[in-house]
Amino acid sequence: MSAIPAGVEGFLHRFDGLRQRLPGARLPWLRALREAAAEAFRIQGFPTRRAEAWKYTDLRLVAEAGFEEPLSAIDDDPALPAPRGPYRAVFQDGRFREDLSTLEEAPFAAASLAAALPALEARLGALARPAEAALVALNTALFEDGLVVTVPAGVAGGVLELLSFASAGERPAAFHPRHLIRLEAGASLTLIETATGPAKARYLHNPVYEIELAEGATLTHARLQQEGLAAFQLGTAYARVASGATYDNFTLNAGGKLVRNEIHVVLEGPKAACHMNGAQLLRDGQHADTTTVLDHAAPDCASRQTYKTVLSGRSRGVFQGKIHVHQVAQRTDGYQMNQALLLSPEAEIDSKPQLEIYADDVKCSHGATVGEIDADQLFYLRARGIPEAKARAMLVEAFLTEAVEGVQDPVARDALQAAVAGWWEKAA
Amino acid sequence: MPAVTETIETVQSVTEGTYKWGFETDIEMEFAPKGLSEEIVRFISKKKNEPEWLLEWRLKAYALWQKMAEPRWSAVKYPAIDYQDAYYYAAPVQKAKPKSLEEVDPELLRTYEKLGIPLKEQAILAGVEGAGEAPADAGRLPVAVDAVFDSVSVATTFKARLEKEGIVFCSISEAVQTHPELVRQYLGTVVPQGDNFYAALNSAVFTDGSFVYIPKGVRCPMELSTYFRINAKSTGQFERTLIIADEGSTVSYLEGCTAPMRDENQLHAAVVELVALDDATIKYSTVQNWYPGDAEGRGGIYNFVTKRAQCRGRRSKVSWTQVETGSAITWKYPSCVLLGDDSVGEFYSVAITNNHQQADTGTKMIHVGKRTSSTIISKGISAGQGQNTYRGLVRVAPTASAARNFTQCDSLLIGDRCGAHTVPYIENRCMTAKVEHEATTSRIAEDQLFYCRQRGLSEEDAVGLIVNGFCREVLKELPMEFAVEAQKLLQISLEGSVG
Repeated sequence: MSAIPAGVEGFLHRFDGLRQRLPGARLPWLRALREAAAEAFRIQGFPTRRAEAWKYTDLRLVAEAGFEEPLSAIDDDPALPAPRGPYRAVFQDGRFREDLSTLEEAPFAAASLAAALPALEARLGALARPAEAALVALNTALFEDGLVVTVPAGVAGGVLELLSFASAGERPAAFHPRHLIRLEAGASLTLIETATGPAKARYLHNPVYEIELAEGATLTHARLQQEGLAAFQLGTAYARVASGATYDNFTLNAGGKLVRNEIHVVLEGPKAACHMNGAQLLRDGQHADTTTVLDHAAPDCASRQTYKTVLSGRSRGVFQGKIHVHQVAQRTDGYQMNQALLLSPEAEIDSKPQLEIYADDVKCSHGATVGEIDADQLFYLRARGIPEAKARAMLVEAFLTEAVEGVQDPVARDALQAAVAGWWEKAA
Repeated sequence: MPAVTETIETVQSVTEGTYKWGFETDIEMEFAPKGLSEEIVRFISKKKNEPEWLLEWRLKAYALWQKMAEPRWSAVKYPAIDYQDAYYYAAPVQKAKPKSLEEVDPELLRTYEKLGIPLKEQAILAGVEGAGEAPADAGRLPVAVDAVFDSVSVATTFKARLEKEGIVFCSISEAVQTHPELVRQYLGTVVPQGDNFYAALNSAVFTDGSFVYIPKGVRCPMELSTYFRINAKSTGQFERTLIIADEGSTVSYLEGCTAPMRDENQLHAAVVELVALDDATIKYSTVQNWYPGDAEGRGGIYNFVTKRAQCRGRRSKVSWTQVETGSAITWKYPSCVLLGDDSVGEFYSVAITNNHQQADTGTKMIHVGKRTSSTIISKGISAGQGQNTYRGLVRVAPTASAARNFTQCDSLLIGDRCGAHTVPYIENRCMTAKVEHEATTSRIAEDQLFYCRQRGLSEEDAVGLIVNGFCREVLKELPMEFAVEAQKLLQISLEGSVG
C-alpha cells in the first residue's frame, strides 16, 4: 500500500467505522459509490498548493484539525432567524431537522436526502465526481444527509430557505451534506441558503451541490456563508444548465476561518445563461477563496460574473475564475470582473482570472482591479461634512453593492443587501 | 536594422506562406560529439579558453540540471526531447581572423547576403578589420551588430567606435577574456544557474551570446543588435546575453533570429539577463522569426527562453518589446524585478500563432521598491490551429507602497480551430498598490472587414490591416525600422489563414 497523504487517515478511519451505519448502507450502488469515493480520497489526499487549482489556499489546517463526524444528532431548540418565505429546510450539523422545517405546503418536492436515497441512484453523483476532486470524494464517502429538491415542469417554486447551523460540540465536528436540486422545464426557484455556527466552534462544513436545470428553468441560488470565525467551510457546487435556462448564483463569504467556495457551471444548451456574483468580506485572521469554472459548451450562451473582495486586518482573499469556451460555443458572450479593496496593510489578495477559448466568434473579457479606498472619493465625501469613518463605510458599501445589484430575484437581493450593509461598521 | 529594406522587398515578393529564411548554409563546421555530459561541458569551456571559475560555474549548473525535472505546466504540447541526441557545440571553422572580404569564407558571406544584409554591412558582419569604421548609409543611424552563427559569435561591428564611449559590446566569450571581472560580477545574478530546467541547461552549455556594458552616464550612440542564426542540423542553440546599464546610462538593444527549414525540431534555450542601475534605461526589442515548422506542424524551433531584468537602481527602467512570429513553440516570460524605488518595468508583446504553432508567453512584474510601476500590453493572435496563451504574474510585495500596474491582454482569433487563452496571476500584499488588469478575446469584426473590402482591399490585405491596427500599441514601441519589418512579418505569418 502506498503512503497515505497527511490528514487523510483520520477520515478514512472514520469511514471504516461508519460504513455500515451511514445512510443507504444497504443500497449496493451507494455502497459501491462510497467505497470508490473513499479510495479516490485515499489516493488524492487533501489537495496541496502544488496543485494549480489550490495554489493560494492551503488545507493543512483542515487536514491536521482531527475533525470527526458527530455520531448522534442534537435535539436542542436553536434560535432561528425570521423566515424569508413559507418554505424552509433546516439542517443541524449536516442532518435534516424535520421538526424545524416547513416544506409540506410547497408546490415542489423537497425532502431529506437520507430518506430519499433509494430513488436517487441516477441523480447522486451525476455531476460531482469523486475522482476529479478530493473534497467531493470526502463528501461522497461520508455524507449523511442533505436536501433533495425537485421543482416540476412549469412550476414557480417561490422562495425556499436552506438553513444550516452547526452546534457547539466538544470535539471538532465534520459534516458533509449533499444537496441535489433539480428544476424541470420552465420551472423556477429562489434558494436562499444561510450557513451559521457558534463563534468559537471548530467544525468543518463540506457541502456538495448537484444542480440540474432543464430547458427554460431559472434558479436563483443565494448563499450567505456566515459560519463561526473558527470554522472551515469548503463548498463545491456543480450546475448543469440546459438550453434557455438561467443559473443565478450569489455567494457571500463573510464567516469562517478558512473558506473555499468552488463553483462549476456547464452551459450545455443554446441560449443558457449564468450569473455568478459574490462578495467576500474578510476580517483579521480569515481566508476566503472563491473559485469558479464556467464551461461554455453550447452556442449563444451568456455569462456574467462580478466578484468583490474587501479585506481588513490580516486577512487573505483569493479569486480564481476560469471561463472555458468550447469550439462549438460560437457567439458566446462572457464577462467577468473581480475587484478587491484592501483596507489594511497586512491584507493579501490573490487573483487569477482565466480565459480558455477555442471558438472564434466570441466576445469574452475579464477585468481585475486591486487597490485601496480611492483618495478622491474619500475627499469628496469628507468635503461634504461626512466623518471619515462614515465616509469609508459608505464607500465600502457602494463597492459591494455593485455585485449585489446583479442578483435578479428581489427577495434574494434584499437578503444579500442586508447582510452586506453595515458589515464594515461591525468589522471596524 | 539595416537588413530591413531588403527584407521588405523579399517579403513583398512572397505570394504563398513560405519561410524566406529557411535556406541552409553549407559550410565547414566543427562539432563537439553528440550528447550531453560533464565532458561536453568541459569541452565547451576548454574550447572557449575559459577561466577555472567559469568551468566550475558551468559544472554546478550541470549538476543542478541533472536533478531537475522538465517542466510540464505550460499550455504547450510537444514530444519528449532527447537531450542526448543533439550537438551542444557547433561552430563554423574559421582560421585566423580574416583581413579582407576575400579571406572570409564565401559561404558565410552568402548567408548574410541571403538574410538581406547590405554589402557594406556584410563586410562588417563577416569580421573584416577596418570595415567597421565605414560610415553607414546616409541618413540612417548605424546599428552595431553581433552575429551569432550556431554556437559562436562570428563578428561584432562598430566595436572601436563604441569603445570610445567606454561601451563594451562583444560576444560573451570575448567578454570572459577581456572583462572577466564584469562577467563574474553579474553572470547568473539575475537568472541563477538553478532558476529553472532550461536556464540550468543553458548555464551548463551556453556557447555564446552578446555582452553589453554601458558605463556611467553614457547614452549609447547607436542601437546594439544581435542576429542569431541556427544553421547546423541537430544542434541546440544556447546563447547567453548579459546587458549591464550602469548609473544614468541608456541603451537600446535589438535581437533578431532565423533558422533553416527542417523536419526536425531544434531547441533554442537562451538566457538573457539585464541589470539596470540607478537612473539607467534598457530597451530590449526582439523580433523572433525562428523557423515555425511547416503547415502540417513538422519541424520548427522550440524556443524555450528565460529572460529577466533586474531594475536594481532607483528610477531605473527596463522595457521589453517582443514580436513573436516564428518558432513551433514559444515559451518565455521576459520579466522585470523592480527592486529600486521608482523603477519602471514595461512589457509590450505581439505573439502570433498560425498553422500548428503554439505560444505560451507573457511576463512577470515583481514589485519590491516603493512607487514602482509596470505596464503590460499583450496582443495575441491565433490563426489556423495555433494555440496562444498569455500567462503573466504581477506580484506586489508589502514593501512596494504606492506601486502601480496596468495590464491589458487582447486576443484575436482567426478561424474556428485555433485557441486563445489568458492566465494572469495577481498577487498583492500592499494596501496602497493599485493593480488593474483587463483582457478581451474576439475575432475580426465583420463590419471592419466589410469596410475594408468595400474599399477594394483583398480579404488578405484587409486582415493584415486590421491585425496591424490591433497590434499598433506594441509595434509603436519598436525602433522604427524594426517596426516596419515586424508589420510585414505579421502579414506573412498570417498567410493562408483567411479565405
